[in-house]
Amino acid sequence: MIYTFNFRDVFAQFPTLVDGAVLTLELSATTMLFGLVIGIAGALARSWGPAPLRLAATSYVEVIRNTPLLIQLFLVFFGLPSLGLRLDATTAAVVALAINLGAYSTEIIRAGIQAIHKSQIEAGLALGLSRLEVFRYIVLFPALKVIYPALASQFILLMLATSVVSQIATPELFHTASVLQSRTFRDFEVYIVTAGMYLAMALMFRLLFAGIHRWAFRR
Amino acid sequence: MIREVNSLDLLYLVAAGRWTLALTAMAFVGGGILGLAIMMLRIAPLKPVNWLAVGWIQAIQGTPLLAQIFVFFFGFAIFGYKVSPWVAAGVAFSIYASAFLAEIWRGCVEAVPRQQWEASAALGLSFPQQLRYVVLPQALRVAIPPTVGFLVQLIKNTSLASTIGFIELTREGQITTGATFRPLTVYGIVAVLYFLICFPLSQWSQHLERRLNVAR
Repeated sequence: MIYTFNFRDVFAQFPTLVDGAVLTLELSATTMLFGLVIGIAGALARSWGPAPLRLAATSYVEVIRNTPLLIQLFLVFFGLPSLGLRLDATTAAVVALAINLGAYSTEIIRAGIQAIHKSQIEAGLALGLSRLEVFRYIVLFPALKVIYPALASQFILLMLATSVVSQIATPELFHTASVLQSRTFRDFEVYIVTAGMYLAMALMFRLLFAGIHRWAFRR
Repeated sequence: MIREVNSLDLLYLVAAGRWTLALTAMAFVGGGILGLAIMMLRIAPLKPVNWLAVGWIQAIQGTPLLAQIFVFFFGFAIFGYKVSPWVAAGVAFSIYASAFLAEIWRGCVEAVPRQQWEASAALGLSFPQQLRYVVLPQALRVAIPPTVGFLVQLIKNTSLASTIGFIELTREGQITTGATFRPLTVYGIVAVLYFLICFPLSQWSQHLERRLNVAR
């Protein structure tokens, strides 16, 4: 049996896929921002927080890193309403993705903080900097520099993982593709084109992060 | 009829965990064999072959696993094969794992000092022999912790096989939720089950890594 490929139906609807891709990019960017903030806070708590806070941060990281994103998403979207918190699909997606990314970036940033030698911090304190200033100038930026590649690849993995939120019907790229597939019955063509779009976005993010790296850590 | 979550549901969920583990094992074995081959192509002293491996790795690491699952699920059909979710998921996950394992193992092989290659070349060993007798045994020690770490990722990612009707832990959770309408309870149980599988492995991986760092 010979299959005739038919990409015409897919490309006729290409603008809807682009709309989906735009939401994917928005979801990714929002999540990266929240994930970074949670990660910095989490790493601070895990490294220097009082014991109960440290325990809470460690539990958060371990629970999230040892359960699937899909289940976390289902718990936020389907589970929270029974506690009286009803979120729409896009908000639930951002919440679940940010909680997920936050755990991974906590671990990455903590590794960066540990790479800063204790004597550096002591030297900063000896020079009369406040603890916050020490964190800001001596710990955070050098740490970010060390962990930048790991963080950037985690962010790209996250962008690809946003496809999972199609399962709660957030109208991002992958969900748009499923809708298009059910309309055109061109399953293979739809998903190949969609995969190509994700690949393009992944390359775009990689270039963007390389650019940011050059700009932020130039000497 | 909506019923309550009972102990039988819990039993079904635990039983469905078998299929999560079976799919993981399938993907790990398939992906391991394929990944080893890709890793060798990636480091072989022949440029076009390297590019082929790089292209493979980039294409897989640059697209979502969900898209890969769907492409394989529907891709078999266009060649006239109607495959079960088992085959589609097994193939898709093996290919997904191969790209990541190839990259992880390449890093481990490159961690072996250059002189080891040179010394074995000077002894007249061919490239496959250098790899087999000198480099891989040394790389293996370094490779175990990150490989176990990836295994955890793989176990969690098998949850995506639920989207093509593969009945594993997550799909069983969806079915149970449909019958009981208790998503918080059911998905909570499912999360605990995943945690019980993944947490010991994560801890083991970290333990191995610490021991390796102490040894060096």
